[in-house]
Amino acid sequence: MKAETMPQPARFALPAPLQGLTRRRLFWPCATLALLLIINGAFNPNFFSITVKNGHLYGALIDILNRAAPLMLVAIGMTPVIATRGIDISVGAVVAICGAVAASLIGGTLIIQNGTPVYVSQTPMALALLIALGAGLLCGLWNGALVAGAGMQPIVATLILMVAGRGVAQLITEGQIITVYYEPFFIIGNGFLFGLPVALYIVAAVALLMLLLVHRTALGLFIEAVGINPVAARFAGLNARRILIMVYAFCGVCAAIAGLIVASNVKSADGNNAGLLMELDAILAVTLGGTSLAGGRFSLAGSLIGALIIQSLTYAIYSLGVPPEINMVVKSVVVLTVCLMQSDSFRATLLQHLRREPR
Amino acid sequence: MSRNRLFNPALLPLAVTSLLFVLTFGYGAVAYTGFLSSQVFLNLLIDNAFLVVVAIGMSLVILTGGIDLSVGSIIALVTMVSASLVEHHHWPVYVVVPLCLAIGAGFGALMGCLIHFFQLQPFIVTLGGMFLARGLCYVISIDSIEITDPAYMAIAHHKIMLWGENFISINVVIALAVVALGVFLAHYTRFGRTVYAIGGNERSAVLMGLPVGRTKILVYTFSGTCSALAGVVVTFYMLSGYGLHAQGMELDAIAAVVIGGTLLTGGVGYVAGSLVGVLILGVIQSLITFDGTLSSWWTRIAVGVLLCAFCLLQRGLEHGGKRQLATT
Repeated sequence: MKAETMPQPARFALPAPLQGLTRRRLFWPCATLALLLIINGAFNPNFFSITVKNGHLYGALIDILNRAAPLMLVAIGMTPVIATRGIDISVGAVVAICGAVAASLIGGTLIIQNGTPVYVSQTPMALALLIALGAGLLCGLWNGALVAGAGMQPIVATLILMVAGRGVAQLITEGQIITVYYEPFFIIGNGFLFGLPVALYIVAAVALLMLLLVHRTALGLFIEAVGINPVAARFAGLNARRILIMVYAFCGVCAAIAGLIVASNVKSADGNNAGLLMELDAILAVTLGGTSLAGGRFSLAGSLIGALIIQSLTYAIYSLGVPPEINMVVKSVVVLTVCLMQSDSFRATLLQHLRREPR
Repeated sequence: MSRNRLFNPALLPLAVTSLLFVLTFGYGAVAYTGFLSSQVFLNLLIDNAFLVVVAIGMSLVILTGGIDLSVGSIIALVTMVSASLVEHHHWPVYVVVPLCLAIGAGFGALMGCLIHFFQLQPFIVTLGGMFLARGLCYVISIDSIEITDPAYMAIAHHKIMLWGENFISINVVIALAVVALGVFLAHYTRFGRTVYAIGGNERSAVLMGLPVGRTKILVYTFSGTCSALAGVVVTFYMLSGYGLHAQGMELDAIAAVVIGGTLLTGGVGYVAGSLVGVLILGVIQSLITFDGTLSSWWTRIAVGVLLCAFCLLQRGLEHGGKRQLATT
C-alpha cells in the first residue's frame, strides 16, 4: 500500500509501539471488520465453518462475500469519484436502469425444442449485457459531462440522474417487474465457479484492473491531485476535466455491473426498488474504508473492506436477533461516528477531555 | 455594471419559472377540458401543501450553502409518532402537534450543531439524520397506522370555502403562513441577511463578525421544524402514519428550491420562488393525471429534465455574471 507516501502530522498521542500500526491506513477498517466477525462468531458457533455441498463452498463467510458483491462493485466505482472531491448519488438509479435494460432485452420466451420446452433469450445474452454496460457508461459520461463540462457541483449533477433515473428505469420496464426466464443469465448472480460464487470473480477482476491502473500507472496520482486542488492540478498540466469524466464514467460502469448482478440474483428487474439507497451504502462503505470525503486520498482495498463491514454488520444484526428495523438506526450511528472521527475539531475536543480526566 | 441594475440576473430563474408555470397551466387549459378552473389551481396547493412547507425550510438551508437530506424521513417519523400517540395512547391533537414540532426542531438543532461545531459536511450529517429518522419509524412500527381520531378527521375534512364552490383545506393556510414567515425571515430580518452572507462567503461573514455559528444551527433547526410541520400536514392529508411516507421527498424539495431560482451554492435566491417551484412540480403532476395516457414515471423524468435545465441556466448566469474560474 502507498500509505506512507504522504507524511502525516501526528494527531494522536498513542503509545509509541501502537502508533506505527494505527497509522497504517487500513488498520481501522480491518480492525472494525475483525471485531464484527468476532462478534458474529461469538453468537453463532457455525459462523466460521465452511462446508462443501455439491462442489460449492457454503458458509456464512461465503454468504457475506456473495451478498456484498454488488455493494463492493459500486464502492470501487465510488472511491475515485470521492477521491476527486466529488460524489455520485445516482448509482442506485444506474443499478436500476442497467438491470432493467438487461432484463428487458433478455426476457426469455418459452419454445418447444426437440419436444422439450426451453427458454431462449430475446437478444443474444452477450449483446444484451454489452448494451446494459453501455447504458451504465452513458449514465456515467452524462454525470461527468455535467460535473466537468458544465462545472456543476457533483451532488447536484448526480442528483438530476438520481431523480430522473428511476423514472427512466420504470419507463424501460413499463412500470412492471420484468422477470427473466433465461437460464444462462442466472450464472452472473447465482452461479458458482471452482466452488466460489461467480459474482466474486467479477468483483475481483474489476478490483484488480483498477488496482493495476491506480498503482502501476500515474492515474492514481492524477486522481489524488485533482482531489487535493483542481486548479493547481490544471496548472501542473493535468487535464482535470478528462480525468473527472473518466472517473464518473468508470463509476457508471461499476454500477452497471452491480445492476447485472442484482438483476441476475433476483431473476428480475424492478425499476422502483433495485439498488434503492445503494448510493448511501456505497458512500458509507467508502468512508468506512478510510477514504476522506474531503477528497485527495483514497484506498480501493479500504472501500472493499468497508462494503464487507456493512454486510457483516447486517449479518450480525440479523443473527443477534435484533429486529431488522434497527438496521438503519445502527447504520446512521455508524455513519455519524465515522464522520466525527474524521473531523479534526472533534478529535481535538475528545483528546482534550481524555488528557484532562486521568489526572 | 449598469446592465445589471436594469435587469437583475438573480431574478431571471424566478422569472423563467413563473413564465413556465403560466405556460404549462395555459397548455393544460387549452388541451384538457376542465383544467382551467380555480379549483384545479387550489387543488395544486391542497395536494402540495406539505411540499411547500418543506421547501421553505430547505430554501433557507440552501441559501446558507448547505443541504438537508433528512426532511423526508422526519416527515415519516412525525406521521408515525403522531399516529401511534393518537391511536394507541389517545393523546389529544393539541399535545401531539407541538410535541412533533419539538422533535423536528430538536433533530434539526442536533444536526446543525454537528455541522457547525465539528465542521462536518451538511450532506453527510443530514444523510445520517435521514437514516436515523427512517430507522426510528420502523422501531415504532413497520406497519401503517390509520388515524381514526375524530379531532384529526375534523381537521382533515374541514373545507374553508372561498368564492363560489371553491375551497381550500387547513393545510393550505398552514403552508401559506409558512411561506409568509419564510419570506419575512429571509428578506426582512437580520437573521435573513446573515443567511445570505453565509451563503455568499462564509469566511467573509465570520470576519464581518456575524453570528455564523448561531445562524447555521438556527437554519437547520428551522428546516427541521418545517419538516415536522410538513409531517403534521401529511398526517392531516393522509390520516395515517407510515415509515414509507414521503420517500424521496428531499429530492422533490431540493428540485422545487432550485427550480424556484435559488442557487445551490448559496447566497442567491428568493424564498417565495420555492412556492413557484412547488407549483411547477404540481402542475406537471396534474397535466400527467389529466392526460391519463401518460404514466406516473414521466413525472420523475420531467422533474429531472427541469432540474437539469435550471441548473444549467444557473451555471450560465454565474459564468456570465462573474467570469471566474470554476474552482469547485
